[in-house]
Amino acid sequence: MKPSPRTLVLFAVLALLAAVPTLAAAFNQPFYLDLFRRIMIFAIAAASLNLILGYGGMVSFGHAAYLGIGAYAVGVLAHHGIHNGWLQWAVAIGGSALVALVIGAVSIRTSGIYFIMITLAFTQMLYYMGISIEEYGGDDGIRVAKLSQFEGLIDLANPTAFYYVVLALLAVVLLLVHRLVNSRFGMVIRAAKSNDARTRAIGFSPYPYRLAAFVIAGAICGLAGALLVNQTAYLTPEFMNWTRSGELMFMVILGGIGTTAGPLFGAAALLLLEDLLQGWSLLPKLVHNFWQFYLGIVLVLVVLFAKRGLAGLLRGSKDGADG
Amino acid sequence: MAEPMLVVENLRKSFGALAATDGVNLEVREGETHAIIGPNGAGKTTLISQLSGTLRTDEGSIRFAGEDITELPAPERSRKGLARSFQITSIYREFTALDNVALAVQAHAGHSFRFWRPARADAALRDPARAVLEEVGLGARAELVAANLAHGEQRQLEIAMALATRPRLLLLDEPVAGMGTDESLRMVEFLATLKGSKTMLLVEHDMDAVFTLADRISVLVYGRIIATGRPEEIRANPEVRAAYLGEEA
Ligand SMILES: Nc1ncnc2c1ncn2[C@@H]1O[C@H](COP(=O)(O)OP(=O)(O)OP(=O)(O)O)[C@@H](O)[C@H]1O
Ligand SMILES: [Mg+2]
Repeated sequence: MKPSPRTLVLFAVLALLAAVPTLAAAFNQPFYLDLFRRIMIFAIAAASLNLILGYGGMVSFGHAAYLGIGAYAVGVLAHHGIHNGWLQWAVAIGGSALVALVIGAVSIRTSGIYFIMITLAFTQMLYYMGISIEEYGGDDGIRVAKLSQFEGLIDLANPTAFYYVVLALLAVVLLLVHRLVNSRFGMVIRAAKSNDARTRAIGFSPYPYRLAAFVIAGAICGLAGALLVNQTAYLTPEFMNWTRSGELMFMVILGGIGTTAGPLFGAAALLLLEDLLQGWSLLPKLVHNFWQFYLGIVLVLVVLFAKRGLAGLLRGSKDGADG
Repeated sequence: MAEPMLVVENLRKSFGALAATDGVNLEVREGETHAIIGPNGAGKTTLISQLSGTLRTDEGSIRFAGEDITELPAPERSRKGLARSFQITSIYREFTALDNVALAVQAHAGHSFRFWRPARADAALRDPARAVLEEVGLGARAELVAANLAHGEQRQLEIAMALATRPRLLLLDEPVAGMGTDESLRMVEFLATLKGSKTMLLVEHDMDAVFTLADRISVLVYGRIIATGRPEEIRANPEVRAAYLGEEA
């Protein structure tokens, strides 16, 4: 089958991302290595949110919780002298999955505005917990002096090596989500989003499938959290701030809800735009000081005029509902 | 004789002070096409929803194939062989017709915790789904997104989804509602082909359809069944004529 324009652009973007370290070195702009690594980490988080929000119709307004759990798993273990990366990341992923299981088990029984509120409330709870634990810096946070260690395999302190690790994980996550949403499992959560009454009448009990999707999404986002704290070398409860959850939703919607490439497009667009509007002191003050306002306008326009966001501007594969 | 396929006893459902189902007793025998007629707001849809498990029952019992299913949730009833269509078409609008039916097949093909293989390339789902679409006459429309089908085709699709679950009892809530005369004739013809091989409980306002299809008819008025019998008996029943057929007879 011929790949759709959307798929082609996705591969082109991934190829460009692979070239970033070389380009950044050639132009002596190491900052961009950092920026694009950050973009990819958020793309992983957004891809996990897209799984439940875009395909499952579960509007989780607390997805930053798992960024936080992942980051705390790494940061707290490091604080206590445990630097083994495999262990840290396993705890990050497993811990996030477990928390997602608890939050999901409660919230998936509700729908609509209640679902949004419950997921938000749980995340606020974790956020305040983070703020109140003095040992890990309270609301100031703490430095993570030593990054996750993968003895003999890879050194994350090497920016380029770390970059390629993130790129590889991003590719794996995008593929994983793509396979998931087109599998039998994925068809059930998409069906339940499309028409819940029909789905039950036809013989599916959507709850366990939705919950499983919620847990998988939490686990993937936990991995993003582990990457993020290695990126910043700093642990802070701000990872779980509700505005962070909002940003992730922003990325999913801007990039194109329910599309494979959308989260990457959305994360890139948002963080590049943010960097542009915020960073260029050459821009008139009016733009520079109110950049978030302009981002807001962009989102409103996307919601009004481009239902499937940036990815929707490119033709996807033929069978309408596909990723 | 064996127990009828469906036995409903003293079924009740109230919305606030309104008794929408007010002590319904009903039997549907294996192989029969049983029609339920009654004026608007009589409680026909409420009854179907109680039978399919979409609505919880306040009181009374539902036995299906010898088993009490009164407290069973809708998905489990479906897996036991109860299928329904909705009065207001209920399909997956953004999926193709084939996807719609394949989902119905999938719901009855064991658990769906299968995470990797693309469901759309799965012959175990697609082949039976395609066969059912052919059967209802939508074979040529399989790849169309359901929202783009004509109204009548969407109703057919819904019935295809019900059939794809291989039901023992089909609950059809006004299958020809909103159809043009041609469409509705074709639908009645199609349902006639199912007659005998499928047990059907059919709610319908269209009297031509009812008298063509039904082996027996029950008349529901204000949540109560006031008469059950063969079509000619119902036509002749004075109480029914007064309550319902009156305006047409
Ligand atoms: N969810 C509900 N909440 C409150 N009242 C309801 C509800 N559903 C139905 N009713 C009421 O119950 C009564 C029976 O409704 P129902 O839809 O079962 O009638 P019906 O026989 O299917 O009518 P129609 O021929 O118009 O489809 C009506 O008076 C209706 O207004
Ligand atoms: Mg009705």
